[in-house]
Amino acid sequence: MWDYSEKVKEHFYNPRNAGILADANGVGDVGSISCGDALRLMLKVNPESETIEEASFQTFGCGSAIASSSALTEIIKGMSLEQALAVSNQDIADFLDGLPPEKMHCSVMGREALQAAVANYRGEVWSDDHEEGALICKCFAIDSVLIEETVRANNLRTVEEVTHYTKAGGGCSSCHEGIEEILTTVLAEQGEKFDPNAGPALPKPSSGLTNLQRIRRIEELIDAVRPNLQRDHGDVELVEVEGNTVYVNMIGACAGCSMASVTLGGIQQQLMEGLGEFIKVVPASELARKQARG
Amino acid sequence: MSSTGIYLDNNATTMVDPEVVAAMLPFFSEQYGNPSSLHQFGDRVGRALQQARRQVQALLGAHYDSEIIFTSCGTESDSTAILSALKAQPERKEIITTVVEHPAVLTLCQQLEKEGYTVHYLKVDKRGRLDMKEYIGLLSDRVAVVSVMWANNETGTLFPVEEMADLAQQAGVMFHTDAVQAVGKIPIDLKNSAIDMLSLSGHKLHAPKGVGVLYLRRGVRFRPLLRGGHQERGRRAGTENSASIVALGKAAELALHHLDEEKTRVRQLRDRLERGLLEAIPNCFVTGDPGNRLPNTCNIAFEYVEGEAILLLLNKEGIAASSGSACTSGSLEPSHVMRAMEIPFTAAHGSIRFSLSRYNSDAEVDRVIEALPLIIARLRKLSPYWGEDGPVVDPERMFAPAYG
Repeated sequence: MWDYSEKVKEHFYNPRNAGILADANGVGDVGSISCGDALRLMLKVNPESETIEEASFQTFGCGSAIASSSALTEIIKGMSLEQALAVSNQDIADFLDGLPPEKMHCSVMGREALQAAVANYRGEVWSDDHEEGALICKCFAIDSVLIEETVRANNLRTVEEVTHYTKAGGGCSSCHEGIEEILTTVLAEQGEKFDPNAGPALPKPSSGLTNLQRIRRIEELIDAVRPNLQRDHGDVELVEVEGNTVYVNMIGACAGCSMASVTLGGIQQQLMEGLGEFIKVVPASELARKQARG
Repeated sequence: MSSTGIYLDNNATTMVDPEVVAAMLPFFSEQYGNPSSLHQFGDRVGRALQQARRQVQALLGAHYDSEIIFTSCGTESDSTAILSALKAQPERKEIITTVVEHPAVLTLCQQLEKEGYTVHYLKVDKRGRLDMKEYIGLLSDRVAVVSVMWANNETGTLFPVEEMADLAQQAGVMFHTDAVQAVGKIPIDLKNSAIDMLSLSGHKLHAPKGVGVLYLRRGVRFRPLLRGGHQERGRRAGTENSASIVALGKAAELALHHLDEEKTRVRQLRDRLERGLLEAIPNCFVTGDPGNRLPNTCNIAFEYVEGEAILLLLNKEGIAASSGSACTSGSLEPSHVMRAMEIPFTAAHGSIRFSLSRYNSDAEVDRVIEALPLIIARLRKLSPYWGEDGPVVDPERMFAPAYG
């Protein structure tokens, strides 16, 4: 069935900190009963030091929901509230040696429970801004709501553009029919028709920058995409610019990643939009090969 | 029977009967001929296919063996039947089906809606039963085909397909039934029915995966899904999967032979399992229509716990079943069958289907009755809906999480 890590199984079979915490002073109830996953996180916060002395949970949910809840309580016990709020859903998934893409939302639920419980402790009301749609891209766990919003916000027209902006569809490509359906629906809202043969949006006319300004601009644009890559434990560095060819090095998790070409495509798209001219992004290894050839 | 676990998921797939395996093996080795060939190598295989066709004919009570078309699976049979009806009657643009069909029919119908067809989905009540008045009201000369499952895969609930086929015939409308779960579990006598097309799947009745049948009543207008060779009289082109067809023939013969056992011994096992669980576990109930269902299936909803968690713990005990929870399928909502019956979310996610076969034993049933109450209790201890010794008072209000 699911490809659960040993750590997920272990936390499911032997959940830590399960049950009611009688003297809790921060409680967060999140989840959705229609989706079949819901969690109550209970915290005992020391009001002097604002550290989490005890954490416990009750969960209605699947194996990975229970394991994520258990992992969350283990991670945050002993943390200050500030430290705890910095825990991301990726931290929860990493603690469990990863979760299947369909199950990443269990870690998101854990993080939301934490925010809700801290808000409750502080006497605030936590409101959730998270809406989840049907899972479209299973390779990268991208749901329909994210794709729809990205298509709307960036006036995307093609599956390729959706892949560059969201990664959805960049893996096995079996979700391309689903992405086309989303494009058809969103474009229809704007009175337009989805055209599978549409090219990328035309680059704006040339910017008239000096060489130095242009390279600085390229650097800025690359710096802007780096946080995204760093979130996935990867990175990119600018090596050389020759005409409209930009050479980059993929670093960390990006190096050797089977998705590197999609990532390059995404960077290329950002550069084209930022510079208003046609740009080709290629790995720096190509530069070395070119120089070797003379 | 099995030394490697207790298998109660026979509506998902079944063990291939050892006699069936024995019957098919020669068709991987010495009987390798192409049944279309004129020489002795082909002829021997051709004769074996003929016998398989008769064996399936007997199980279905079909009038002619030429009414049996071998396909690759139940899904192919469903698609062939529905698309054939549409192509053969291009002036008819409507389909009648039900909200609780298998995805093989439901997803196809949703796609056809996008292509401009009108699909009427018959609703079910809280016990999973159809409203025949609603059905009669929809029959018209605009309808190309009615496609209604014989038995529901999740609850085992039976639909009155023979009566519905009669009504369709009177209205001049083609009738198809997805009988994948029914064939081999209940008696079927097609020659005395008005059913035009019927789908079955080999692996649900102890034949291997990758083989199915479309029954097509003689005289029913038909358009093939796959065109090419003259195999299956041109109604399903493609070289025959001879080993699997021979296997399905043997499995059909065995199913007919064991049909009485289904309604006696298998039913008793199922009833004992169901009674045992209902007595031992509080806050659970049977879903579907217990008085009118397959003899091998029982679906119980356990309140305030989630199905995947139950299945994982059952699996640890070596017990295999399945669930209608969202998580087991990776979707966002519980099974469409549970939702159609308006089973509350807190119970629908905890619905577990046990589907038995003639290979199950009393000892296995005892083992499940012993193991499951502990599993449910263990998960309820983790559940925010559960108190010390029962659900918390007013559970829906006591735990009302923010949508996340």
